[in-house]
Amino acid sequence: MRELFPAKQVMGYFFSLLLTVIALAVYFVDMSYQVAMTILLVTAFVQAGVQLVVFMHAGESKDKWSIYTTVYYGVFIALVTIFGSLLTLIWGY
Amino acid sequence: MEFFDRFAVPNPTFTIYASMVAIGLTMLAILVGITYFKKWGYLWREWLTTVDHKRIGIMYLISALLMLFRGGVDALMMRAQTAIPDNTFLNAQEYNEVFTTHGVVMILFMAMAFVMALMNFVTPLQIGARDVAFPRLNALSFWLYFMGAMLFNISFVIGGSPDSGWTSYFPLAGNEFSPSVGTNYYMLSIQIAGLGTLITGINFIVTILKMRAPGMTLMKMPMFTWSALITNLIIVFAFPVLTVALAMGTMDRLFGTHFFSIDNGGMDMLWANFFWVWGHPEVYILILPAFGIYSEIIPTFARRNLYGYKSMVISIVAISALSFLVWVHHFFTMGQGALVNSIFSISTMAIAVPTGVKIFNWLLTLWKGKIEFTTAMLYSVGFIPIFTIGGVTGVMLAMASADYQYHNTMFLVAHFHLVIIPGVVFAMIAGLFYWWPKMFGFMLNEKLGKASFWAIAVGVCLAFFPMFISGLDGQARRMYTYSESTGFGIWNMISFIGASMLAIGFILIVYNIYYSTRYASRDISSDPWNARSLEWATHSPVPDYNFAITPEVQSLEAFWDAKKKGHKLFKGNYKEIHMPNNSGVPFIMCCFFFLLGFALVFSMWVVAIIAAIGIFSCMAHRSLEQDHGHHISVEEITKTEEKLGGAKK
Repeated sequence: MRELFPAKQVMGYFFSLLLTVIALAVYFVDMSYQVAMTILLVTAFVQAGVQLVVFMHAGESKDKWSIYTTVYYGVFIALVTIFGSLLTLIWGY
Repeated sequence: MEFFDRFAVPNPTFTIYASMVAIGLTMLAILVGITYFKKWGYLWREWLTTVDHKRIGIMYLISALLMLFRGGVDALMMRAQTAIPDNTFLNAQEYNEVFTTHGVVMILFMAMAFVMALMNFVTPLQIGARDVAFPRLNALSFWLYFMGAMLFNISFVIGGSPDSGWTSYFPLAGNEFSPSVGTNYYMLSIQIAGLGTLITGINFIVTILKMRAPGMTLMKMPMFTWSALITNLIIVFAFPVLTVALAMGTMDRLFGTHFFSIDNGGMDMLWANFFWVWGHPEVYILILPAFGIYSEIIPTFARRNLYGYKSMVISIVAISALSFLVWVHHFFTMGQGALVNSIFSISTMAIAVPTGVKIFNWLLTLWKGKIEFTTAMLYSVGFIPIFTIGGVTGVMLAMASADYQYHNTMFLVAHFHLVIIPGVVFAMIAGLFYWWPKMFGFMLNEKLGKASFWAIAVGVCLAFFPMFISGLDGQARRMYTYSESTGFGIWNMISFIGASMLAIGFILIVYNIYYSTRYASRDISSDPWNARSLEWATHSPVPDYNFAITPEVQSLEAFWDAKKKGHKLFKGNYKEIHMPNNSGVPFIMCCFFFLLGFALVFSMWVVAIIAAIGIFSCMAHRSLEQDHGHHISVEEITKTEEKLGGAKK
């Protein structure tokens, strides 16, 4: 019975509920804009990671390296795009 | 009547009315022709509903050639207008529309379609697969592209063409400065075609990673497949930026948001920034498959294996990463600080390194080879010097401080045409000649092919070299005329002559297709070029299921080693083959997309909602339908294989 129980998925479910509650707290608890944004960004990215690994089963197949390579590449491109745009249009302007 | 006023072209001239009549008559002629020859059923069964990657590839090819002529006529009109000073062939508004549609049509609807055509046709064959991973999605991709292209093209006669450049920079592209619906067409048609491209990207990554023949590891993939993989990776990462930017632009124009406006917290240069975050990788989306094609053709006709396969792979991966790090070089003069410009200047120059590695690898492949100058090889060899000239002037443009001199001049126009034409157009024509026998079972005429090469190669040099000089002398791009005292007249006249030669070259290619279809011998082997990769191991033209027996690969040049070293590709006996069913849903869904786009262009909300419901109904139909494909029996395979020239084992 034990191997049939999807412990990882159930834990993941509760963890993502927890992340949602923390993100929701930003609305109800009084805090500065910077702190609020930081909490939102961090919880959002952790949430995305949980979804990918736990519920979309990244890393459970033989070709997991190609999945992770693509994810890392995507993160790299996203960071370059965001910080590059900020650099060009705001910081370095 | 007021309702219909919006469909009128804002700046009508005799030419536009004549085109309306011509388009109307052509469409009528096509409809009558299909009905007269009773081809509706054939068209629907064999083409409109097909999910076969080979047929989809051929449809992309036909569309690309059509768009080549649409964009080519635009180019000729521009060159004719600027051939002599103070010309009045086109007025300023017409010139704006013509250079805008030339850019969009050539990049998005010609070059992209051509790349998709060859990628669709060749990649599954090269990896020994029966089709792409998601055949139905592949059909959807094509029809999205096709409807996007058609939507863009009708702008010419209904409502007016976009006129703010293919880059469509805000605030010029905003409602204030572009009040006509032209820019709506731009936003929506590219959005629709872009969705198709994004779907292709996902489809081909999965196909290449998951469906390779047994034994074909990543480092045993042919170079064209490698370039297709990297290209699609770039598509998946770059196109979402365009999708978002176009959605924001559409909302600015249709719903009065302020993403790219100058007031109310908008940021006008954000559009330029997003456009080039997509736009620069887009350049590599076009050029990498071209590099792949050259890497197939050069070894075949130099009779040597590709020099430096590993360094070729590393350089395309490096190019794909670097292509995302350089976009600011398209607007060095925007006013950002020296630090930003230096960073992007250096990253731009860095791209020249892996590109140079590839050029030297091709040269070293040719070195001591037994070179056979077929048409495909002529284009590939002609590409190297012309592309290099385009490339080194690119390095000149990459120097941010010097770019203040070149920016927005004809120098830039000369640079990117001398990169894109030998880089992409030469490759596509070379690929067309090279894979034509595989597609249709006969070869294109070599004599006509070589004539077209010389017309195009000389034409491209004549058309664009003079622009370096007039550009350095200060001729700005996108200006519809100039005065005689500037002295630009002679250079533009030479350009016009070159452009006319290019036109002759392209007409020769089409005549070649017609001539060869009528007269070429059908009695050719399945491997007429003595080539090296797997697509030549099956029959020409290729049967539905590609390979009767899935090939087993042991080396990089699987087919060459099968011929020369006696490796056995096809082991075992025929087995039943499982193939996907045709479906009309992608076509119908994309007709709704066309309607949606058209309705949004003219803000007809009720029609738009109906079209959107149509799209979602098609998606729901797909979710609920049961489609397990069909099986081709062993007897049927045996029969087909015998008909195609003996069972191949």
